Amino acid sequence: MSDYHDMQARLAATGYMAGESLAMALHLAIALGRPLLLEGPAGVGKTEIAKALAQVQDARLIRLQCYEGLDASHAIYEWNYQRQLLAIRADGVREEALFSEKYLLRRPLLEAISQEAPPVLLIDEIDRADEEFEAYLLEILSDFQITIPELGTISARARPHVILTANGTRDLSDALRRRCLYAYVDYPDKAAELAILKARAPELEPRLAAQIVTVVQALRREDLEKKPGVAEMLDWAAALAGLGVNDMAQAPQAVQATLVTLLKTAADQGAAPPEVIARLIGKVA
Amino acid sequence: MPAVTRFPARAEGLADRMAGFVAHLRMNGAKLGPAEAADGLAALACVDALDPARARLALKALYAPDAEGWDAFDDLFDAYWFNAGKQRAGSASTHVKVQSAKPMLWKGHLGEEEGAEEAQSEATPEAGGDGEEEAEGSDGRLIATRSQNLRKRDLRELMDEASLREAEAVAARLAHVIRDRRSRRRKQALRGRELDLRRIQRASLARGGEPLDLFHRTRPERPMRLVVLADVSGSMTVYSRVFLAFSKGLMSADTSAEAFLFHTRLMRVTPALRDHDSLRAAGRLSLMAEGFGGGTDIGGALTTFADQYGQILNRRTLVVVLSDGYCTGAAENVGLGLARIRRRAGRIVWLNPLKGWANYAPVAAAIKAAAPHLDAHLPANTLSALAALEGEFAKL
Repeated sequence: MSDYHDMQARLAATGYMAGESLAMALHLAIALGRPLLLEGPAGVGKTEIAKALAQVQDARLIRLQCYEGLDASHAIYEWNYQRQLLAIRADGVREEALFSEKYLLRRPLLEAISQEAPPVLLIDEIDRADEEFEAYLLEILSDFQITIPELGTISARARPHVILTANGTRDLSDALRRRCLYAYVDYPDKAAELAILKARAPELEPRLAAQIVTVVQALRREDLEKKPGVAEMLDWAAALAGLGVNDMAQAPQAVQATLVTLLKTAADQGAAPPEVIARLIGKVA
Repeated sequence: MPAVTRFPARAEGLADRMAGFVAHLRMNGAKLGPAEAADGLAALACVDALDPARARLALKALYAPDAEGWDAFDDLFDAYWFNAGKQRAGSASTHVKVQSAKPMLWKGHLGEEEGAEEAQSEATPEAGGDGEEEAEGSDGRLIATRSQNLRKRDLRELMDEASLREAEAVAARLAHVIRDRRSRRRKQALRGRELDLRRIQRASLARGGEPLDLFHRTRPERPMRLVVLADVSGSMTVYSRVFLAFSKGLMSADTSAEAFLFHTRLMRVTPALRDHDSLRAAGRLSLMAEGFGGGTDIGGALTTFADQYGQILNRRTLVVVLSDGYCTGAAENVGLGLARIRRRAGRIVWLNPLKGWANYAPVAAAIKAAAPHLDAHLPANTLSALAALEGEFAKL
């Protein structure tokens, strides 16, 4: 029986450090064939999980980015009207043949359920889509089938591994939550974040890595509008490494200049003046 | 403290205990059905169920409904499987919640109901499997009648969490009514519901009369923007928490809404009210709250608003003023300020908590000065009055 530690190790091999509960949720999602709903603040690597999972499963990643106004013709399928029209004019195609797979434009959801090998389907930021679309999704997530009036019902050949992410733009319906497993992904703690940084930037000086993680962790405790996520932390590390900084205390100017990778609003940049950063670094050194 | 069910003596094997666990979660507010209990067993089959840590993680992924449930799950898990929770005394936990939601001073008013409730909880059998369902049912009914009661009570008495949440929900509904405005015209759109035949025909000329390119049109949404100005002065203290919750609800409908508080000064509180973390929002508000409960200068606040934030107003803006109209500043300034806002905004509505009172007459000088500039002057003293605004707002 494969265990969730196994999943954790395989994710780590792709460079993704998953916490215990997240690894368990992924393990169960695959074992039970259920969708997994991930919530958490922006920049903790929710989208990244799907990519890592696709790598682990050696599966294709199909991504559906949700937005307000997303409708079935964008997400599921659409008839290729122009091609149908041309076919009628040029070849005199008969009506029955017009509504066949040949003239069907597959959008991500239909694409995902018509794969031979189970793909990873990432439905990103589901809370941005309208409630109608969420209701549409229910049929697909519980039965893995799509009904096209002209063609009939298409059932999945291989069950996709579905990952949904949400940012809390609005509340999701209970019906959707019931069908999904759930994991809340929070900012990693210090040790975990250090492990992430080591995995992603192995050549980084250990002292600098420790400084970076400490400062970012401290910044997250400040009252900021946009807390720096893991992705921002990695950007910052790359920026500092690129400038040849080995010790933050030695290069306060470079540190201050590269803060643009961490703090993304004017108010937040105002909230972290050089003295504050210097104090944070001072704690590490 | 989470409620706990004792293992029934007759519980045999994992399946029974699992069903008990699901019932325990349900009693603590989770929405789980019998199918979930079966899922739980399936999940445990996928992991090494003898290891409590693994069982905990697996069931957490399965049963936690959202971020709050995620945090609370560990306690509930311990409470059931390790008997670490508090023993329930007779009736279900929802019962206790309602009790605490009700301030003591209502005791006298609710005398009769109180008696009935006692009788019911006595009739509830102690923690018997079947009896529990009944107890829950009767609790549900009690809550329903109580909430009816809440709606008619003056907002001054509504300070508990549940009614604040309800005020927020009422406001969110209102905001949706206000926001959903559709134009009567049609506009060309990439993906509309209707075909734009004129454009299709015109474009088909270039294709030898074949309607190869399809154009659509739609009725564009023209959402109303909301601007809320809430009075938090001394005379409004008793209402201010409910009105803050109400403002928060109004803000939730769309991202362009703005909220301001005023007493002797005007403060923009939009970012604080938008904060999803209600604890942090409360913290940010209390930082801004210096001067809460002091005097009011409505006219000054309105003028400041027109000066500093006038540019956020347009013809599709609905300005909502939440105030009782008692003002220490000059009353004519109220009229002047409103007149300036009036010139830019679409509609101005004054919600007055005093107006619902039996023999209220708009005698306050500020209200008199404001009256000619208002589209509506509506009562806002009870939750049902707030809910009834829905119809009024739809007409605006």
